[in-house]
Amino acid sequence: MSLFFDAALILLAIVVALKVVTGRDPLTDVIAFIAYGIVLTLVWVRLAAVDVALTEVAVGSGATGLVLLRAAGAAATAKQEARPGRVTKGLAALVSLVVFLLLAAAVLAWPKPQPSLALAVAEHLPATGLGNPITGVLIVFRALDTLLETVVLLLALVGIWALAPDRTGARAWSGTPAPLSGMTPSGAQVLLAQLLLPVGLLVTVYQFWAGANVPAGAFQGGAVLGAMWVLLLLARLAPLPRLEQPGLAVLVLAGPFAFLATGLAGWVWAGGFLDYPEGIEKPVIIVVEAAIVVSIGVTLGLLVLGPAGPQAADRPGADAS
Amino acid sequence: MSAAPLIGLGGAALVAIGLYGLIVGSDGLKRVLAFNILGGGMFLVFGAVARRGADGGFGGDPVPHALVITGIVVAFSATALAVALLNRLAAASAEEGKAPSDTPGGPS
Repeated sequence: MSLFFDAALILLAIVVALKVVTGRDPLTDVIAFIAYGIVLTLVWVRLAAVDVALTEVAVGSGATGLVLLRAAGAAATAKQEARPGRVTKGLAALVSLVVFLLLAAAVLAWPKPQPSLALAVAEHLPATGLGNPITGVLIVFRALDTLLETVVLLLALVGIWALAPDRTGARAWSGTPAPLSGMTPSGAQVLLAQLLLPVGLLVTVYQFWAGANVPAGAFQGGAVLGAMWVLLLLARLAPLPRLEQPGLAVLVLAGPFAFLATGLAGWVWAGGFLDYPEGIEKPVIIVVEAAIVVSIGVTLGLLVLGPAGPQAADRPGADAS
Repeated sequence: MSAAPLIGLGGAALVAIGLYGLIVGSDGLKRVLAFNILGGGMFLVFGAVARRGADGGFGGDPVPHALVITGIVVAFSATALAVALLNRLAAASAEEGKAPSDTPGGPS
């Protein structure tokens, strides 16, 4: 019975993916892509990977979908390149089929027993003071990956801010991004933002705190925090951020730099980069994770907002703040 | 057949669909969407591997899970950057298209 359910889910994911790839309307395609992310979330739950499912629904489907929705309007007006001919399509289908067959062969010819680091993680997890193995891997065993992941987010933000159109007389990386929606928010939107904000903040704190022991964590919590900010911006309950504000830079950099500082301190107190001091691992991890939650939330929001718009320089008093 | 190979095969199919869309995509947004579908399928194949490696009382090997979480966030960063490039490209080509046609039309 559960196998039937899994097969139905996979089939649904394939149908939605085909819809995204073959659709003709950018907005419909992007909405189908968000649905694809939600279907994948359910598949991840079926794979007993609830942490991944939470990340997929928050970042893979939600945040990515939001960014793509902003692009769908621009794509509709952009001039279309020539559609590929029948030969190109045939060759593309052939290449895809070969890749599928190779991957399928790899899946069906799995080694027995499957190489796994689960036992090694189970053995060393008690030393970290954490109960959730995935948080343990992310923050302790493979902390370097996670540190660089926060840096990748920063790099993407730098890249996006660098794409702001030139404005004479304005400082680089200043001004405000274009508003998320040109429409005045309806009463329902404002009410939704007001009702959801406290719930969202509670979910953020819960995900961050409970992530030590149950599926959840800093990235998922940060994504919810970012979503709450976007919700406030959509309802026009919060002003658009001014990119040159020093406070904004502090919020964005707090996570990566707190992580890096802990990593460097590891040499002093434990004898190696990103090593945690024995006995007080848990408090140190909580401080680093709290900084990461805030930075992830603000960075995700800024990535969704995009570069500063051209309108900011024309506004009177734009240089005073 | 248990769930892991089935989901692994499904992931392989999603990779193929994404690859096809990436090649035949007629505009930038379409290719970005197709690339994300490809990535989602690849993560699922990895997730199926992790499920098979379940041991030590966990539902799956936690190391691939952590890598996939990192992967999803990195894929989002790349997508956000790609979308910003697309938007800038659309704005730039709109300016380019406007400049010559404005000349006969008088002040805009």
